[in-house]
Amino acid sequence: MGKLFAVVVAIIALVSAALFASHIWWLPVDISAHGHAIDRQLSETMVTSGALFVLSQLALAVFAWRYGDRRDGRQVKTFPGGATSMVVFATVLVGAEILALTFVGSKVWAGIYQTPPDPNSLQIDVQSEQFAFYFRYPGPDGKFGATHPELINEASENYFGLDPANDISARDDIVVPTLTIPVNRPISLNLRAKDVGHSFYVPELRIQQDFVPGLAIPLHFTATQTGKHEIVCTQLCGLGHYNMRAYVEVMSQEQFDQWLKDKAAQQ
Amino acid sequence: MQTHYAWIIGTVVLVASAVAAHGGPPASAGTVSGKVTYTGTPPKMKPIDMAKEPNCAKEHATAPVLTENVVTGPGSSLRWVVVYISAGDQGSTPGTETVRLDQKACQYIPHVLVVQPNQPLDIYNNDPHSHNIHPLAKVNPEWNRSQPAGAPPIHTKWELPEFIPVKCNVHPWMHGWHVVLNTSHYAVTGEDGSFSLSGLPPGKYTVTAWQEQFGTQTQDVTISGTESKTVDFVFKARPY
Amino acid sequence: MNPPPTPVATHHHAPPQGFLRKHVFSLDHKVIGKQYLDLALVAVCTGMVLSWLMRLHLAWPETPIPGLEKLSPNGAAGGVITPEYYLSLMTMHGTIMVFFVLTTAPFAGFGNYFLPIQVGAEDMAFPRINMTSFWVTLVAFLVLVAAFFVGDGPPLSGWTAYAPLSAVGKDAGPGQGVGQTLWAVSITLFCVAQLLGALNFITTTLDLRTKGMSLARMPYSTWAWFITSVIGLIAFAVLMPACILLILDRVAGTSFFIPAGLVISDRLQPHAGGSPLLWQHLFWFFGHPEVYIAILPGFGIISHILPVFARKPLLGPRVMIACLVAIAFLSYTVWGHHMFLSGMNPFSATLFSVPTLVITIPATIVTLLWIGTIYGARLRFTTPALFCLGFVSVFVSGGISGFFLAQPSIDTYLHGTYFVVGHFHFVMGVAAMFGIFAATYFWAPKMFGRMMSETLGKWHFWLTFIGVYCVFMPMHYLGLAGNVRRYSAFTDDYLKPMIPLHRFITIAALFTGAAQLIFLFNLIRSRFRGPKAPDNPWEATSLEWSTTSPPPFDNFGGRPPVVERGPNEYGGARGADYLMQAAAAAPVSAR
Repeated sequence: MGKLFAVVVAIIALVSAALFASHIWWLPVDISAHGHAIDRQLSETMVTSGALFVLSQLALAVFAWRYGDRRDGRQVKTFPGGATSMVVFATVLVGAEILALTFVGSKVWAGIYQTPPDPNSLQIDVQSEQFAFYFRYPGPDGKFGATHPELINEASENYFGLDPANDISARDDIVVPTLTIPVNRPISLNLRAKDVGHSFYVPELRIQQDFVPGLAIPLHFTATQTGKHEIVCTQLCGLGHYNMRAYVEVMSQEQFDQWLKDKAAQQ
Repeated sequence: MQTHYAWIIGTVVLVASAVAAHGGPPASAGTVSGKVTYTGTPPKMKPIDMAKEPNCAKEHATAPVLTENVVTGPGSSLRWVVVYISAGDQGSTPGTETVRLDQKACQYIPHVLVVQPNQPLDIYNNDPHSHNIHPLAKVNPEWNRSQPAGAPPIHTKWELPEFIPVKCNVHPWMHGWHVVLNTSHYAVTGEDGSFSLSGLPPGKYTVTAWQEQFGTQTQDVTISGTESKTVDFVFKARPY
Repeated sequence: MNPPPTPVATHHHAPPQGFLRKHVFSLDHKVIGKQYLDLALVAVCTGMVLSWLMRLHLAWPETPIPGLEKLSPNGAAGGVITPEYYLSLMTMHGTIMVFFVLTTAPFAGFGNYFLPIQVGAEDMAFPRINMTSFWVTLVAFLVLVAAFFVGDGPPLSGWTAYAPLSAVGKDAGPGQGVGQTLWAVSITLFCVAQLLGALNFITTTLDLRTKGMSLARMPYSTWAWFITSVIGLIAFAVLMPACILLILDRVAGTSFFIPAGLVISDRLQPHAGGSPLLWQHLFWFFGHPEVYIAILPGFGIISHILPVFARKPLLGPRVMIACLVAIAFLSYTVWGHHMFLSGMNPFSATLFSVPTLVITIPATIVTLLWIGTIYGARLRFTTPALFCLGFVSVFVSGGISGFFLAQPSIDTYLHGTYFVVGHFHFVMGVAAMFGIFAATYFWAPKMFGRMMSETLGKWHFWLTFIGVYCVFMPMHYLGLAGNVRRYSAFTDDYLKPMIPLHRFITIAALFTGAAQLIFLFNLIRSRFRGPKAPDNPWEATSLEWSTTSPPPFDNFGGRPPVVERGPNEYGGARGADYLMQAAAAAPVSAR
């Protein structure tokens, strides 16, 4: 029975580890300026914890194999060094790993979330609601119109509660369901929620941030490749949570300028 | 021979009384008809970008759907206006035919439907994905449920007169109206803004026109016989 | 002048009379413990069925499930689960499993039964409060289950019930009407029961130990239950007011968790001044210690059972206890790691990640102590032993994935994905369950006076062990590919390629669920018809094995045991294969 246990555990450990290492299911291509640091942190953690995983499962397996009761009356043996060696091993090895990862990781984190956006960023206002994302560009006047929750009217697609009758700066605001951005340009998003908590997640951009009702949360990044990717909601927000998506379209600066002009003409 | 005649007479009487009992067109009945138009500048109807639902975005790729809160037609006509007898109603018949609401390519078809109290209403989902119907009723009980692709139609009805806005929680641009009226004398204007209410016995009537953005207008009209009276409604439109 | 004798708290009571007093409204901690275990059994069966429905829907969303329409005509018209019903099933699954299984069985169930016996007492310090705790827990369960049958259905905001979704009431959508209020009431009642229970556990451990049972000589399971009660006393004391505030927001028009200006269901909500983050802080300040409440009894149980079947002492018992205390203390400092991306000041993420990573150290030490205990052992591979060894394996798997999530930069990518689901199911849904299984197979002979079938037990172990790896290891791969959690369907372009793996998981889950029927059959049959169990079938040392199987109503027949040594005397160190804690027993020579 012990040998069976050992074999099963060893197979499980090696197969699982192999599937991780083979990258059959893995992160999609990284199209962000900051993402490589996250990917590196993830790979390092994968290697060290993978080693720890395989070693401890194999130790369990080997001991289960070897130390079954063979009714031969032999004495039991204490682990060499006793508990002290375990404490030292765990504290030193795991402790060192923790220190390293924390030190490096906190710099990666700070680089994304604790640095201010580039002053030349393209500013986009984002509103999440049950169950869609809408993106607002300030239009040719460069000013966002004020939002008034009591004026929100979805039937006329006034998702942001703008007041174009009385607010001139609101008249040229461009509201679209697709985050259209130029490549290699810093983007600064302002995340607001209309109703309940939501979240903004683009795996390829290595970016994720919750929307919190009552707060306006900044998020910034730069996309380094053109293409179209999905933005999905990762904060349970109600029945339509699974269907709450938008697309981010990264295009060349020229294409983006043309797109902006076309949209402005439609307002 | 007498038996034969008795059968004929009996059948005629039976049919006539059946017709009378169902309130068929009364002996003398008039009609109110007209057009609903607007003055001023209406808001621009914007094309709806259904990007978040790729199935629907594909369906409208060549001809985008526009918002439907103010739909205009040739000659400054207004579509989707509900015109009905709001006071003095006579000769109404209960609504028994099943009314059908379709959800197709992420739109409510029709945009405005009218039912009478307890008239059966069937809601169908013709799209390959889930919709969520949420009638925002205040007088009737409000409800909110999903209809996955392939689910059976929802059989429902409304009991009390009310103008009920309906939204799809999952597709924010989907909006429509369920109008519950206590009369069978109603019409919903088409592209040309015209309407016709027939089968009105002699009497004094109040006709109301309701447009979802511009509100209601009323006019009184008197029918004395079988004439057709013209009643036009003009709404003042504003761009915002 | 002799000092007055040190009073030893004793607790005498007469044997119970009458059917109701003996079996229903019993004051006997053993009956109450079994009542808790039976409640947890009903709860786990319910929770498991819910998970099958969820997995079936994820794998084949448009296939109708026969009969489901009867339970919920709106939620599953034509047998097809609607998105809201899926989320309701998920919410109830999580709530039932975390509270009524993982907090109830290892702690309230086995703890109630065995803590007094293991310290040599006749009963808990407050038997009436103990009985009240059980009945309040039962009422809490019934209130929760009632949510299935109210008009709008059960809540769909997850077991985490984030505000404002959970706080605004009906406007937030289906399930967020009365169902959510019932949820909050149920949890409030559960907290009350747990606080009362914690009082009992702590008082009994400190005051009712028999002669010779110093704190250092207590079995490790008792230590774990004691430390768990202290954690619970503080944690549940925070969850209870949080749920009350939530109820007030829902029914009394307050705005603790709801800010101004929210438009839900086309209505401007009449609230102002509240903070959704406040709910998250209150909930997770409870929520993180809660997961240690769920696993710590398992640590104690494994530490208690492993030496019995290794026939050697637990390696480093004092280090083990110190680690349990360290984990308990640290558990209060890490709650923000559930909130790295929540909108808190980003600097706090670094602050919270440090203790989260530091907890890895005592967790690693305890794992190494178990592995070190097996080194050089003479293992008897009984069913409880197999579950102990399996526990170590699955705890390693679950703990390692936590290492990723503890780092905010990596959490940026993995938060809200199936990687998290795999992680917490391994540590809670598998490891904690393995602790419960080990405890059941180990203590069933003592509780029911009858042995469970070893053959069926081993079949149960193997099918479950392999099954759970097939169910939960793939979830980590899904998470790495960015598969978002809490989705009722996978309609996004990038998620469609993952559906085959989801189908594999579903099939494995159904298969593993079916294997639990073996356990159920074994448990129920043995309870009434198994071969009679001797007093000490496993040749173990702690006080429960010094009394009959099952014990008499006052545990030791009116003669409280006197303890001469700790529980760790296995392996012939003093010339005997094992030495029981209680004095009167003669040393048994090695075989």
